[in-house]
Amino acid sequence: MSISLSHISKSYKKVKAVQDISFNVNPGELFGLIGSDGAGKTTIFRILTTLLIPDEGTATVAGFDVVKDYKAIRKSVGYMPGRFSLYQDLTVEENLTFFATIFGTTIEENYDLIEDIYVQIEPFKNRRAGKLSGGMKQKLALCCALIHKPKVLFLDEPTTGVDPVSRKEFWEMLKRLQKKEITILVSTPYMDEAALCDRIALIQDGKILEIDTPEAIVNKFPKTIYNVGANNMYKLIQTLQGYEHLYSVFPFGEFVHYTDKRDSFENADLKSYLEKAGLTDIHIEPTLANIEDAFMELAR
Amino acid sequence: MKKENVIEAHQLTKTFGDFTAVNAISFEVKKGEIFGFLGANGAGKTTAMKMLIGISKPSSGSAKVAGFDVYTQTESIKKNIGYMSQKFALYDDLTVNENITFFGGIYGLPRKKIKEKREQLVSELGLENISNKLVGSLPLGWKQKLSFSVSLLHEPKIVFLDEPTGGVDPITRRQFWEMIYKAADQGTTIFVTTHYMDEAEYCDRVSIMVEGKIEALDTPKKLKEQFNVDSMNDVFLKLARNIE
Repeated sequence: MSISLSHISKSYKKVKAVQDISFNVNPGELFGLIGSDGAGKTTIFRILTTLLIPDEGTATVAGFDVVKDYKAIRKSVGYMPGRFSLYQDLTVEENLTFFATIFGTTIEENYDLIEDIYVQIEPFKNRRAGKLSGGMKQKLALCCALIHKPKVLFLDEPTTGVDPVSRKEFWEMLKRLQKKEITILVSTPYMDEAALCDRIALIQDGKILEIDTPEAIVNKFPKTIYNVGANNMYKLIQTLQGYEHLYSVFPFGEFVHYTDKRDSFENADLKSYLEKAGLTDIHIEPTLANIEDAFMELAR
Repeated sequence: MKKENVIEAHQLTKTFGDFTAVNAISFEVKKGEIFGFLGANGAGKTTAMKMLIGISKPSSGSAKVAGFDVYTQTESIKKNIGYMSQKFALYDDLTVNENITFFGGIYGLPRKKIKEKREQLVSELGLENISNKLVGSLPLGWKQKLSFSVSLLHEPKIVFLDEPTGGVDPITRRQFWEMIYKAADQGTTIFVTTHYMDEAEYCDRVSIMVEGKIEALDTPKKLKEQFNVDSMNDVFLKLARNIE
């Protein structure tokens, strides 16, 4: 196992940040921790990177114990925290040289690992890190986390606040790193990124709701979901909430996702109910569940 | 039924030295519409929005917001709009009640009206038991819902939401959008900036800014048809690729 957690718990005063969490990440795996702010993702990262001692449980990273062998872990992992943590008043190149030196290596020694990321920011190598755009800061931070050729890479919400173009490029970089036999643990609050991981853990309020491949989690969704649309979204939601056979209704873009309590769903019955309420342009069709549907069902 | 325009921008432009941040954008937003204002980092969204809410003077072009001119009637604009962003929302070291009272006062509501609004809002959000708790102690999702309600206190014609729902769980995010639908249904215009494309799918119409210009403007459905893709994320990627 590259990463292994067994019954890990951590509280801050009265707040139970993570509760009895266990999971394993295989070597070379791209594993996602998916959950909202306050779910406990950062606490897990801090425990695994030896910056925080758990109250209970044990964990290993690259075969080393997070409490006993903390020095060995620090040499063999790369960590990109959620907040930009490089030196704003050093240039791009100075930051990278600094982190290489700290880990007793040089930029040249592991250049092949960062090359395709670094070339994108190299034109700005004399610019101070504080003056970079969001996307470029993120690329520099990734280079700094990789410069000592870590076995395990920890990325805490690397794409939060980043626009879709940069997000897409970032995930393409992760896929390429994975091929170089680096194990990656990445967290994100954005459910659409879950599909890009090999396996994911859905996490809420410090507890794991489910661990599996994204496909398997979606396939386990117990109900048929219908896309329902009408001329007035607010009225549609209100009306559906009053429908006796309703199981759940959630806005999903131009439609709502509706599930029904019954085993055999009557399309015509729902349609006439909505029409009676004065709604028009009614559209009802089955659709596939996605990770968000699965998350909301598990969190109910 | 033809609805009135509550925002009209015509060739609106802002330059900083020789850099054109917003380049002659023109668009209208109708009463009760949910209008998504999208763009990559640095595309000019924030600059454009600052002009619309009356805190940055345009270099050229014209715009009216809630019927008021963005050059000469900025104080009237401010009285007729609400604003919420994730970066600036409520005061963490005031209680729920104190925040409502404070913002009601800022918006110039009479005391009696503030009391009435406060009671209504606390009961609608189900905050009765925690109305005397500090806002800092509430979960993020509750803060955001409260913050949105507070931005509606003075019954503005338009609410500007600047990346409102980042980081919250999917259920809370949907409760938040239900509140937005409700406000829009009651005639409030919603102007949302976001670079999360799933939020764009909730809007009636969406504009996408690329390098200071509006490169696309239509309903999410029509934009997806136009670019022959399945999601707003793909529309965005097609338009905004390789600009940094």
